[in-house]
Amino acid sequence: MSFSVSERQRWMAVLARASLDELRTCLDAASPLPPHRRLRGPETGLIMLRGQAAAVGDRFNLAEITVTRCAVSLEGGTVGHAYLSGRDAARAELAAILDALLQDDATKPAWMAAVIEPLAAIQAENEARQRRKAAATKVQFMTMATTR
Amino acid sequence: MMRPGFHDPVPEAQGCFRAMLDAMSRPGRVHTLDVALDAPPPLAPATAAVLLTLADAETSLHLMPDGAAAGDWVRFHCGSAPASLPEASFVLSLGIHPPLSALRQGSEEAPEQGATLICQVRSLTEGEGWRLAGPGIRDFHHLRVEGLAADFLQQWAAQRPAFPRGVDIILCAGRQLAALPRTVTIEEG
Repeated sequence: MSFSVSERQRWMAVLARASLDELRTCLDAASPLPPHRRLRGPETGLIMLRGQAAAVGDRFNLAEITVTRCAVSLEGGTVGHAYLSGRDAARAELAAILDALLQDDATKPAWMAAVIEPLAAIQAENEARQRRKAAATKVQFMTMATTR
Repeated sequence: MMRPGFHDPVPEAQGCFRAMLDAMSRPGRVHTLDVALDAPPPLAPATAAVLLTLADAETSLHLMPDGAAAGDWVRFHCGSAPASLPEASFVLSLGIHPPLSALRQGSEEAPEQGATLICQVRSLTEGEGWRLAGPGIRDFHHLRVEGLAADFLQQWAAQRPAFPRGVDIILCAGRQLAALPRTVTIEEG
């Protein structure tokens, strides 16, 4: 197994943001998923989100969020985890299986190409569109001052 | 290789909790758990079920070294904070248990903080061996336990004067469990 923490954080984040439809579309085009065993869940619960004003202040409890988590193991013994916001059990289970597959050097390149990269591209595109829409409504309060 | 916990956590944990409650209210009565649990060796199914039911992120658990082989499973499924022997609220022992006086005893004001020893033994049978008496038992109850420390009865009697402080014990063997709350008195016979 060769992957860095930040690498795993990236694919787990991509899986956590993907919708069930997007995941299924990618998986339909890929090779079938190997058999797995559920270790825990999928189960839904609440976790406390903590905030920090301007990333420097004291931490405070912002709100509770619904989270679904799942842990699975593959035949080789690799354990995959997923924590997703919302209560979609099927999505959490798929994300956990993919997390396990991505930790294994033998299966990682194929699944990165088949699932993570396409999903990351969709998410980058969505974010860029959102940014463009937001940018179009930006108000320049200092316009008078700076253009004078 | 990591094994799963309860297949259906809510009803199975509730069923196991009910069995433990009955066991605690009727000391020495042997209950058989009806759980399909693939327990990791060296844990017996009853021991694993008791841990899954009682231990969670809000309790502290001390694993004796004889349970180290199942340590990963216990940490993954229970998520309990590890604690030293004198501080843990639950202590898991699979072989010869630690001296009862080494466990947390609670205080006069909060005797409920005394530790619970989850002890896996070789066998539990209702019959000649020990004669139990105390709340929850009409007259006497007989229980035979194999696999406890040789001086267990002395240790048990020694915690009696400190009542209500003390340690409660859940005995597990295979799919069976029985409880020894600190109120019970034990004699040979």
